[in-house]
Amino acid sequence: MSDLAQSALPGAEFEGFVTIREAGLQGMVTLRADLAAKPVIKAIKDATGCAIPKQRRVTLGEAASVAWMSPDEVMIFCAHDKAASIASALATALKGSFATVAVVSDARAVFSVQGAAWRDALAKICPVDFSTLSEGDIRRTRAAQVAAAIWVSGKEEATLVCFQSVAGYMFDLLSTVSAKGSEPDLYRLPTETS
Amino acid sequence: MSHRLATGGRLIDRAQEQKFTFNGKTMRGFKGDTLAASLLANGQVLLGRSFKYHRPRGVVASGAEEPNALVGLGRGDSYEPNQRTTTTELFDGLVAESQNHWPNLNFDLLALNNLVPQFLTAGFYYKTFIQPRAFWKHVYEPIIRRSAGLGKAPATTAKDPDRYEQIYAFCDVLVIGGGIAGLQAALSAAQAGAKVMLWEQTAYWGGRAPVDMVEIDGEPADVWIRRTVETLENMPNVQTRLRCMGAGVHDHGYVLGYERVADHIPTSDAPRHRLWRMRAGQIVTATGAIERPLSFAGNDVPGVMLASAMRDYVVNFAVAPGKEVVVVTNNDDAYRTAITLRKAGVGVAAVVDARQDPQGALPMHARELGIRILTGKGIRKVKGGKRVTGVEICRIDSKGTAYTDKLDCDAVAMSGGWSPVVHLWSHCGGKLIWDEDGSFFRPDPDRPPLGANGSGFVQTCGSAAGQMGAVLADAHASAIKAAEALGTTVAAAAAPATDTMPDAAPMEPVWMMPRNAEYDLRMKMWLDFQNDVKVADVQLAAREGYQSVEHTKRYTTLGMATDQGKLSNINGLAILSDALGQPIPATGTTTFRPPYTPISLAAIAGEARGTVFQPLRRTPLHDWHTENGADWEPVGQWRRPYTYRQAGESRHDAVNREVKNTRQNIGLLDASTLGKILVSGPDAGRFLDMLYTNMMSTLKPGKCRYGLMCNENGFLMDDGVVARIDEQSFLVHTTSGGADHIHAWMEDWLQCEWWDWKVHTVNLTEQFAQIAVVGPKARTLLERLGGMDVSREALPFMEWRDGKLGAFDVRVFRISFSGELSFEIAVPASQGRAFWDKLMEEGKDLGIMPYGTEALHILRAEKGFIMIGDETDGTVIPQDLGLNWAISKKKEDFLGKRGMEREAMIDPMRWKLVGLETLDGSVLPHGALAVRAGKNTNGQAITEGRVTSTYYSATLGRGIAMGLVERGPERMGEEISFAGEGDKRITARIIDPVLYDKEGEKQNV
Repeated sequence: MSDLAQSALPGAEFEGFVTIREAGLQGMVTLRADLAAKPVIKAIKDATGCAIPKQRRVTLGEAASVAWMSPDEVMIFCAHDKAASIASALATALKGSFATVAVVSDARAVFSVQGAAWRDALAKICPVDFSTLSEGDIRRTRAAQVAAAIWVSGKEEATLVCFQSVAGYMFDLLSTVSAKGSEPDLYRLPTETS
Repeated sequence: MSHRLATGGRLIDRAQEQKFTFNGKTMRGFKGDTLAASLLANGQVLLGRSFKYHRPRGVVASGAEEPNALVGLGRGDSYEPNQRTTTTELFDGLVAESQNHWPNLNFDLLALNNLVPQFLTAGFYYKTFIQPRAFWKHVYEPIIRRSAGLGKAPATTAKDPDRYEQIYAFCDVLVIGGGIAGLQAALSAAQAGAKVMLWEQTAYWGGRAPVDMVEIDGEPADVWIRRTVETLENMPNVQTRLRCMGAGVHDHGYVLGYERVADHIPTSDAPRHRLWRMRAGQIVTATGAIERPLSFAGNDVPGVMLASAMRDYVVNFAVAPGKEVVVVTNNDDAYRTAITLRKAGVGVAAVVDARQDPQGALPMHARELGIRILTGKGIRKVKGGKRVTGVEICRIDSKGTAYTDKLDCDAVAMSGGWSPVVHLWSHCGGKLIWDEDGSFFRPDPDRPPLGANGSGFVQTCGSAAGQMGAVLADAHASAIKAAEALGTTVAAAAAPATDTMPDAAPMEPVWMMPRNAEYDLRMKMWLDFQNDVKVADVQLAAREGYQSVEHTKRYTTLGMATDQGKLSNINGLAILSDALGQPIPATGTTTFRPPYTPISLAAIAGEARGTVFQPLRRTPLHDWHTENGADWEPVGQWRRPYTYRQAGESRHDAVNREVKNTRQNIGLLDASTLGKILVSGPDAGRFLDMLYTNMMSTLKPGKCRYGLMCNENGFLMDDGVVARIDEQSFLVHTTSGGADHIHAWMEDWLQCEWWDWKVHTVNLTEQFAQIAVVGPKARTLLERLGGMDVSREALPFMEWRDGKLGAFDVRVFRISFSGELSFEIAVPASQGRAFWDKLMEEGKDLGIMPYGTEALHILRAEKGFIMIGDETDGTVIPQDLGLNWAISKKKEDFLGKRGMEREAMIDPMRWKLVGLETLDGSVLPHGALAVRAGKNTNGQAITEGRVTSTYYSATLGRGIAMGLVERGPERMGEEISFAGEGDKRITARIIDPVLYDKEGEKQNV
């Protein structure tokens, strides 16, 4: 349905001391199950090619990534049009066991926060010690007044996931806190080798 | 006359002149000045009027403790009252105005209060103005309010143009205070391996040390300060912030910091203030000490200043407070001021020392400089009104009836000793002890504020800890203690440098000058400058029976002004203790509460203003609604269209049109806000049987059932349709407002009570756009889209099917909240807008129109369907609403079952749901009470019911209503009376609540 489907704020972008971009449609499948159970590990491996991530980590695969959400929950990130098939593969593989699979792609909005100072922007709205997060980490928290998950998706980039209904609020919020001139210089950049 | 000295000024840059105005008069200062310094440099000593008596007031201090020199800053949208000139950095174009006078600063008519002080003593408002009773509200209070108060509030229309923000930060050791003790503590903690944050409230490092002639390792303190700051700034584990005040210390090492990022650069694009929300493992307070005034008659006359402040102005800003100064003291420290003034070429008329024989190094030095010293003396009174003109001297132990000397001078420097700044130590429960030698309260290191592990999380060092001499060794030790408390492997921190100061002889407490002063002098001895509280007021309070320091504070208002008694606290306690005949520690202190000095409300609000004041939740169809005339109403954080108004249409007409069209053609409703919670797992059926009053486990896949949820007390909490998806999973629909609450309610039971039940919940509310297609032509429209069979046989009432409608992935529920043929269609949210557009387009010739929440309410009310929040209010059980059919009798238990069985719940007299029909066809007022003849024992009207829903029904052409009425269902056809506006009564007949298609044929076609 990609021609009919649209994300929450298509094309929204703001250039501050970091760049905020609405990331478009992103496939997401939630799985709640016993993450230590062999059939669950196998089902995820088969559906995504990924191992179960460690606490607060994201495992990257070729077509999908798996993010740790809680002791009994992972989130699978994939192409938007692949979510249904991954979900049904998981549901089939785990049929009869205590596991719940749901496509949640459209319940979410995704923003990328790009730039070396992404921690400084997010520190204004998230009660998180960003010095403890490195690439491949994910953290569930709040951004000002709404829930958010933050995935350190690159060396100088974070990906923020929130509920779709508050995409407008989130975009305005991220734009506000990353306005030029308001750099707090809290997180120092890694020292360049000169 | 105060003036700028020709040379000197360690903080100013004479090459950068800055212009500003005070009461419209243009003045000049230098970059680096505080506003107070540049006002003094311009000879402006009179800066404002006092709170009650409108006495002329000038600068007393040089920092955050200043009680007098407050001004209104800025103009228009940027105007702010009560700004401290002593902590305001000068910038080019600054606009300041003095406060609390009428008609102007120099000539204030309200100073007449000063002539009748006996009417305005402590607690005056409780007693002087008590009779006649009615006069307080209408005469006295308005007059007092006009006369009292500081700055004026900004205009109600003013809109602050500045930006504000907050920031969350984390560190091992937070050092508050950037004097030499704070710098050393930060350095030692950092060298020990801790991650350190250092805050200093002013714009420069080093605190008082350079002014107080401190030497470090044999060099002036400035050298060491510069070197240490540079070292700290180059350490990767250290962050330093100037202009950042530690505002409050809270539990678990949570500290609020108030950073004035751009107050001094108002044209920059930086946020004005930033509120730091810091989590620190350990906190070191190096907040220094504040000098105390002396209590002598006229100690508030402009030109009387703290001795330390006076030398701050000389050394830091090259500003002399006058041409001829008298220094009055009970300790050695004030001699620094005399020495500093003399060296700067300012006249020192004398040092008046209350002690009989001061022999410390500083007095000796002063003598060597030829400064006249009067010992065993005090100031009897200060002469002058708007400015000091001289002082009268008397013996310290006298009553002050006569003077021994008279000295001409235009400024007085006073020093009553020092008090450590213990505020941050005390905020979270740190205890104090009385220090006999220094006559001050200082932190008791054995009783610090305790953290979660039962041990202290605040250390204190330097003069904040009561170390009034050398501080670096103490600061080093505190930092190491903090690092160790965190379990940091303490790396070798270098031994601290050695700081030296001249030896000081002990001070001698002087709480009143002279010691046996008579009443007329005591009436002019100010304790709290800002709130106009005098020695005589505190003594009066004690005589009137006030013993607790907290009560005395509130009765006299001592320490309750915007400076929170930073100068008055100890002096007031001492006077009270003396009056009560007990030692000071027996009196104790009042409570120290955050913030340390006032912080802006805007910093507390942070970024939350304008579009990000509050999250606004939008459905995938929000933009369409906006583009098509939506008249919004808030539903939780959502906005939903109340109705869609067409050009020239009233709201009422729009609603009626939508109701009729839905009954006759097709209406579309955006129902996306409905809660959708997936409940799944082997125990899902059992779980839902506990949550709902009726049986859900018996529902077959593919079918829907309406259910009620109650809280433990049996009160109806939520309702909605449950669809069984498969053997293990159900989709629970909740009310729009209830989605998050019901999800949390489910998790609460699953995590805390039934933790071993195998049930998962996933909140899918926003995954779907849900669109209700309602009306007799609804099926025709869906059949046009094609893709799935939506016939009565293939998709019967109260069932659902997955499939395709046109190109869209849909789940179609045959449920109806309107009584019409109705399909609620869920599509993935990303397809929502395209699907809605498609329906509108295909349905054009069928008369399709969207309808809003008001039409939704009317349609359901015509059918007698209840609405959570209208028919329920937290005190209503399902039986009250005639919903007994939805309460299972077979189930052993469900949430609320026992609650419903309580005596009051089965009382036959309970108000129960009925329909109501006015005899004249009018619409009953919302919430109207049904009243019966007679009065209850309290003389109130007796009520027997209330309206819960009331509308104009376009379908029936008259008002319709539902209400809860005492024994209502047994009284069908009876007429009862409802209270309208005033004494108006409206008669209504009790009828069946179902007014439209009682057999349900229309929804079941």
